Amino acid sequence: MSLLEIENLTLSIGGASILKGVDLSLEAGEVMAVVGESGSGKSMTALTLMQLLPPGSKTGGRVIFDGQDLLKASEADMLRLRGDDIGMVFQEPMTALNPVKTIGEQVAEGIRWHTRVGRAEAEQRAAAMLDRVGLPQSKFPLSRYPHQLSGGQRQRVVIAIACALNPKLLIADEPTTALDVVLQKQILDLLRDLVEEKRMGLLLISHDLAVVAEMADRITIMRHGEVVEAGETSAILQAKAHAYTKQLAEASAHVPSVRVAAAPKTTPSLATDAPRPLLEVQSLSREYPGRRTGIFSREAPFRAVRDVSFSVGHGQSVALVGRSGCGKSTLARVILALDRPTGGSITFDGQRIDILPDAKLRAARRNMQVVFQDPYGSFDPRHRVERLVSEPLHLLENKPDRDERRTLVETALEEVGLAASDMEKYPHEFSGGQRQRLSIARALITKPKLIVADEPVSALDVSIRAQVLDLFADLNARLGVAYVFITHDLTVARAITDDVLVMHDGEIVERGPTGAILDNPQSDAAKALVAAAPDLDRALAARSRTKRAEALRPISG
Amino acid sequence: MAVGLASGRPFLMIAYILKRLLIGAATLLLASAVVFAVMEVLPGDPAQVMLGMSATPEATANLREQMGLDQPLMWRYISWVGGLLVGDFGRSYTYSAPVSSLIAERLVVSLPLALMSLVLSTVIAIPVGIFSAARRGRLPDSIAMGTAQLGVAIPNFWFALLLIYVFAVGLQLVPSGGFPGWGGGIWNGLKSLILPSVALALPQAAILARVTRSALLDVLGEDYIRTARAKGLPRGRVLRRHALRNAMIPVLTILGLQFAFLLAGTIIIENVFYLPGLGRLVFQSITQRDLIVVEGVVMLLVASVIIVNVLVDLAYALVDPRLREAA
Amino acid sequence: MTDAALDQPLPDDGFWRHALRNRSFVIGAVLTLLIATMALVSFFWTPYSVFELAVANRMKGLSAEHWFGTDHFGRDLLSMIMVGARASIAVAVVAVGIGIVLGVPLGCYAAARGGWIDEALMRVNDLVFAFPALLSAVMITAIFGPSATNAIIAIGIFNIPVFARVARAGALSLWPREFILAARAAGKSKGLITVEHILPNIISLLLVQGTIQFALGILAEAGLSYLGLGTQPPMPSWGRMLFDAQTRMMAAPHLALFPGFAIVLTVLGLNLLGDGLRDILDPRLRRVR
Repeated sequence: MSLLEIENLTLSIGGASILKGVDLSLEAGEVMAVVGESGSGKSMTALTLMQLLPPGSKTGGRVIFDGQDLLKASEADMLRLRGDDIGMVFQEPMTALNPVKTIGEQVAEGIRWHTRVGRAEAEQRAAAMLDRVGLPQSKFPLSRYPHQLSGGQRQRVVIAIACALNPKLLIADEPTTALDVVLQKQILDLLRDLVEEKRMGLLLISHDLAVVAEMADRITIMRHGEVVEAGETSAILQAKAHAYTKQLAEASAHVPSVRVAAAPKTTPSLATDAPRPLLEVQSLSREYPGRRTGIFSREAPFRAVRDVSFSVGHGQSVALVGRSGCGKSTLARVILALDRPTGGSITFDGQRIDILPDAKLRAARRNMQVVFQDPYGSFDPRHRVERLVSEPLHLLENKPDRDERRTLVETALEEVGLAASDMEKYPHEFSGGQRQRLSIARALITKPKLIVADEPVSALDVSIRAQVLDLFADLNARLGVAYVFITHDLTVARAITDDVLVMHDGEIVERGPTGAILDNPQSDAAKALVAAAPDLDRALAARSRTKRAEALRPISG
Repeated sequence: MAVGLASGRPFLMIAYILKRLLIGAATLLLASAVVFAVMEVLPGDPAQVMLGMSATPEATANLREQMGLDQPLMWRYISWVGGLLVGDFGRSYTYSAPVSSLIAERLVVSLPLALMSLVLSTVIAIPVGIFSAARRGRLPDSIAMGTAQLGVAIPNFWFALLLIYVFAVGLQLVPSGGFPGWGGGIWNGLKSLILPSVALALPQAAILARVTRSALLDVLGEDYIRTARAKGLPRGRVLRRHALRNAMIPVLTILGLQFAFLLAGTIIIENVFYLPGLGRLVFQSITQRDLIVVEGVVMLLVASVIIVNVLVDLAYALVDPRLREAA
Repeated sequence: MTDAALDQPLPDDGFWRHALRNRSFVIGAVLTLLIATMALVSFFWTPYSVFELAVANRMKGLSAEHWFGTDHFGRDLLSMIMVGARASIAVAVVAVGIGIVLGVPLGCYAAARGGWIDEALMRVNDLVFAFPALLSAVMITAIFGPSATNAIIAIGIFNIPVFARVARAGALSLWPREFILAARAAGKSKGLITVEHILPNIISLLLVQGTIQFALGILAEAGLSYLGLGTQPPMPSWGRMLFDAQTRMMAAPHLALFPGFAIVLTVLGLNLLGDGLRDILDPRLRRVR
């Protein structure tokens, strides 16, 4: 009998139907990936298993776990199962741990509660478990508090909590979405090892096929609260029988078509053979004062960006790639003159902008615009689109009158594939992808020569991400806008940039044409990024290799 | 980034404590300057103000000299602060007694009153807040919060009048006012402080209960509560073990603010119940223009508020390990 | 609640729909309107004059002629409560106004500038907080003479740091947001951004705080008048009516009841209004409902 058998599961919250007859099964020791975009109901399926649904939820169908129907289980039964037979890992490691309790207390708590062992023994087991997830006592004693750990380390603690009692079923809800690719790989490797070691069933929930392709035995693809397709991983991904599966698979390795066509075009390389680069950054540094450690002592200043030099030509698009915390966003802010450098120079369009006072930056700002990551936070929720998109017009020397302004906004909206009538709407009336288009329209309205884009697609679902990347590529080809594209995702870099700069610990450690670097990285930082990047084809290839190896292995008891 | 963070870092904790103490001391110093300055900028000659228009010039000059008003400003400030530090608050003109002994006399009424109301409001409010949060949206919650809503709206002196009418005039359980002193037995003294402390405490308790409830509800929506539930802990245990401590920060803030309210409240409540406490002393001194007394008592009250707030800041660090390092 | 309260769209179409379904808001609004109307009407009409004494008619109980009875000078209690509402509301309105007009720009400025200016302004704020408001108000009114004007100033001064703190906290949570960064990238100065983006987004916080301070202002005015330091006789005020009632409570408890009810209903109405506003303007809570 299966470890977990979900039959015709329905869920409605406050009258809204969330799950519409979901079927899913999981064997002991098996890894099942549930893949879907936002709103597919994948996370709610997980919370249903834990019976941790928000108030006002109504469920139907059957969820048989280990011979027991969880939908009919009493709260007392669930208390026994949660944390003991079913463990759960959540998406957001920064908030998943109680800030006022030590990691030792938080791991030991479940052990003590379920096994009734004494404090000392529970702590001993917690220490062993933390050691197993890569947090050895020598460096991470039980007395550490969550705020003293990084995001990846915190996620390890959450995993330790979930796996402390060797559950039969582990549910991981987007466990790596908040982490950069290198951490993502480390955490996924850890989960896979733990699952094998303890023979747990793993329900791995993700929005990205490429992330799960390598480790899932089987995949269930969900959309709008329904199962679209389910089956063995390689079969599903090779056949791509269902249109939606195909769409997801293609979107996750998307290269804009304009780009493909334009690829051979002569791009000015990073070398200084071009007459005059649009943007020239020389030995740029940005330091922050160190934390105070005593009344008179401070830690050494934190150098977020150190001695960075590069240039971007007209119409060129450059990716700035690196792990979270490598200084790439700081660099972007300094270039945008939202933050000031502590050393070096920035020359934009023939003008030293790092030494200009704010009031004299108008010309530079007009030619250099920005697109941010968060499509929800990028707009003042109280203003209409017309006002939001026209905000940079403030920079023009001759302020356009109302009609001219509307015409300009109209043009910009059409440029990014939105309708002129959208001008009257408020930002909350748009989806995430549409808002990112609005963001681009706002950046375009002053006809800039350069757009700095800080992780512009990483908050979007894969299929939307592909569309927005297409738009970026298209604008580059048609309008000749240059980009500085900041990202931790190599697929994105590959999709739309000519050159790539790899950043690590505030420094540029490698640079060159995007294709060359990604295919043949030299520095450790670049290698780690490339190796960790989720790649559907590579994952499939790896799978078939292991499959073949398994097939060749002599069958033993 | 957790790069190079040692786990204990005691000097960060010490730095935090020192910084809070320093800020407290600086605020205290500034506050003393403000109190002194306010007394100084009073319209007219302080001696004249105190004695009234009908006083003879000789009497005024006499008083000026006695108050040291002929000294330079800076010197008077320094000697005043110096006096405060050794407990010399000057001499009251109207009571012809050292201000420090007046204060000591009144403190035996006001201090027990303030403590009783603080304890009363805390022991009522925090359990009610927890109870309400645990039963959010259900009938007991609605009743408790409806009562709290009403409690916040009731002026404490009106509530005091109602209490007097019911318990002192009607049921005759306790005296309606006045204070017999502690000489006639602890119980007699306490008895006359019961109604005043209840009147002071209840509106405070109403606010505190609401804050406790809403702080708890905020915390209960956090991700780490879900993590704790996923461990298999029952709701009640999650509330006690995980939510409560995190909810203490806003509760502590309000407790600190309430202390100041409480002190101010004693001015009115001591007047309602004719209690010879600090509040009544300062009120009477103000109306009698006995500025030396006003200066001293106000400084004492302000200092106690500042000290309580420093204590609250230190309590934050006990509750939240993140603050210990945010020196 | 701070962050979520900043997020909601303009209180436009959705506002009234949500507002009318919110029990706290509706009750609070009705009570507040009732008291405000009472105060307004008192300018044109009261059942009896509050300045004419009729000692023969003193301390009468409730009757058809005098719904709330009469006081020790034979004045009609209902009329006095109506006129008393004026003082309470006027003092609270002006005091809250002082707090907003001076405190909000101060808080916004501190948040926009940051650094030592911010630190210094907030330390001054802390300093003011260290003076128990009512104690200081007693001092101010006693020193500069008891009058409604001095009560207003005294209460108003202590509203400044409250609004400064709320405005600063709201503004600080907005400054790192991406739409503010975008505005900065569009070349807008900090002052312009404060006016265009920060202020409109902290209005709801200020509105909620405003109702709370308004309620506290009513309580403070009543307290000061009770002590004889606020509104001066013969102008009736709720606090003074309670003081007069205290010694006559045995003979005429209604003298203490009705002014008290008036205060409680006003403060309750304002608090409910504030609670309701917060629920309506806080989209996170709205979703839970």
